[in-house]
Amino acid sequence: MTSLFKTVPIRSSEITPKSVYLSRRDFMKAATLTTGAALLTACAPSVADASADEAPVPTSGATDELGDPVNSYSDITNYNNYYEFTVDKQQVADEAQGFSLAPWTVEVGGLVNNPKTFGIEDLLKLFPQEERIYRLRCVEAWSMVIPWTGFTLASLLEMVEPTSDAKYVRFETVFRPEEMPGQKSPFYPWPYQEGLRLDEAMNDLTLLATGLYGEPNVAQNGAPIRLVVPWKYGFKSIKSIVKIELVSEEPSTLWSNIASNEYGFYANVNPDVDHPRWSQASERRIGELNRRPTCPSTATANRSRICTTAWI
Amino acid sequence: MKKFPYTPLQIAVHLYAWSGLVLLLFDYFTGNLSPNPIQDLEQRTGRHAITLLVLSLLCTPINTIFKWSEPLKRRRALGVYAFLYAAIHMIIFVDLDFGLAWSSVIKEVVEKPRLIVGVIAFILLIPLALTSFDIWKKRLGKNWKRLHQLVYLIAPLVFLHYIWSKKGDLLSLQGEVLKPMIYGLIIGIFLIFRIPPIRKALASFSTRSLALLNKKDPQPKVDTP
Ligand code: HEM
Repeated sequence: MTSLFKTVPIRSSEITPKSVYLSRRDFMKAATLTTGAALLTACAPSVADASADEAPVPTSGATDELGDPVNSYSDITNYNNYYEFTVDKQQVADEAQGFSLAPWTVEVGGLVNNPKTFGIEDLLKLFPQEERIYRLRCVEAWSMVIPWTGFTLASLLEMVEPTSDAKYVRFETVFRPEEMPGQKSPFYPWPYQEGLRLDEAMNDLTLLATGLYGEPNVAQNGAPIRLVVPWKYGFKSIKSIVKIELVSEEPSTLWSNIASNEYGFYANVNPDVDHPRWSQASERRIGELNRRPTCPSTATANRSRICTTAWI
Repeated sequence: MKKFPYTPLQIAVHLYAWSGLVLLLFDYFTGNLSPNPIQDLEQRTGRHAITLLVLSLLCTPINTIFKWSEPLKRRRALGVYAFLYAAIHMIIFVDLDFGLAWSSVIKEVVEKPRLIVGVIAFILLIPLALTSFDIWKKRLGKNWKRLHQLVYLIAPLVFLHYIWSKKGDLLSLQGEVLKPMIYGLIIGIFLIFRIPPIRKALASFSTRSLALLNKKDPQPKVDTP
């Protein structure tokens, strides 16, 4: 048999309507990849049907800049890497049920002229919220297209005025082991922390996301406020932020403390730099069966269409 | 009336072994695999394979310690099932995950030590599965036992393959290492039991304690293989 990769050289949606293109290789899609309603109804009439109908609809066009459709709300909110709750991606949504989102403050300080602690409601008022559709590329070699709402990190940083000594930004996730059972695990140096170089933090693409599908963020996706850096692997996009600090030295990050050879500080999505655990040459878009070539970060940053070229 | 030919343990072994596949198929047909279904299938078959393998290793110590010999008779079935799930796991990787793009599969495997280890373990399992029939047992005689001791090499390899597949660090034991470590610990203990002096000590200790319990003369029924 020839490679399945070759049978889908480019985005098939360019050539064929998505519905046709899906049914062509539907040997198991029908059972597994529809996020729900139709199949659940057929096999097990249940309440899941109703909740799928209520899924919020993104406000603007429902594709990314390459024309790929956004993932379903249900996939985005039920397949989460959020080890503070559990390492089981499908269980995160359940474990996060009791997570309290209010009151919530974000302390912005360090090497800045105007350190300030913001309530989440202040952030929503102070900064106009816009929708951004980004690919989220996990280092485990899967990806999703997600319609976030939020505001740029740059706009927040401009408000607090970094001093000339500030070279990096350090972020920290809330530490609340009583609500986040995973934080009781001794195998991780909690709390989660991440960092960006100042120029990356100031990039217009770098988003502080407060919402998803036009709705407020849900706990399993990093509510109430999380970082989204679309050209870096997902673990850089730290969730449930309580602290943003401007610093002069490269901050240490949770994953690089665990395995620095695998989780470098920059972690730009790059199909040519292999990861010891997962090949980065290809990825699986959630909702699709075949692997597709990894869209390199340079393409994301330049909004170019380079990642749709054929790949094998 | 003829006696019911199957023992409870026998039924349990087969039910457990098939439950992996049945649950997979059930979740597949009800759309309950994860949103990343191929990864889900890959991981679940892998875990079922290693669990069955560990259960097959459990049989000997159970006999040594509790002088309960029936598990020895179930060992072979557990081992064959472990191989079957490993084979499904491997086929999922090559076919569903990589779409039979052999050049990509090979590139992926040779670049990733954890996959090389998995492949070695799988290759070593093949002769064990092939010779698991009675006719081979007879034909190979003493060598059969020797051949099947390979499992004590395979198990640690599979453990390495497992823990290495998870995010984290092997040496500092940081990251997602808890579950694989549980398997590793069990395998480690079984390996220690294989060391002859320890095995002898264990056997005589359990003989004595069981005798005390039963207030009977120590009577080891079945020699450990
Ligand atoms: C041809 C040989 C093999 C190949 C190519 C292979 C491939 C893989 C791959 C790609 C994964 C990672 C899946 C993921 O996390 O996305 C994996 C995980 C795993 N494999 Fe294998 N494997 C092989 C042999 C075996 C054998 C022989 C066993 C056990 C008897 C096994 C047990 C496991 C286990 C337990 C996991 C971890 C599952 C989890 O993440 O929970 N593998 N294998």
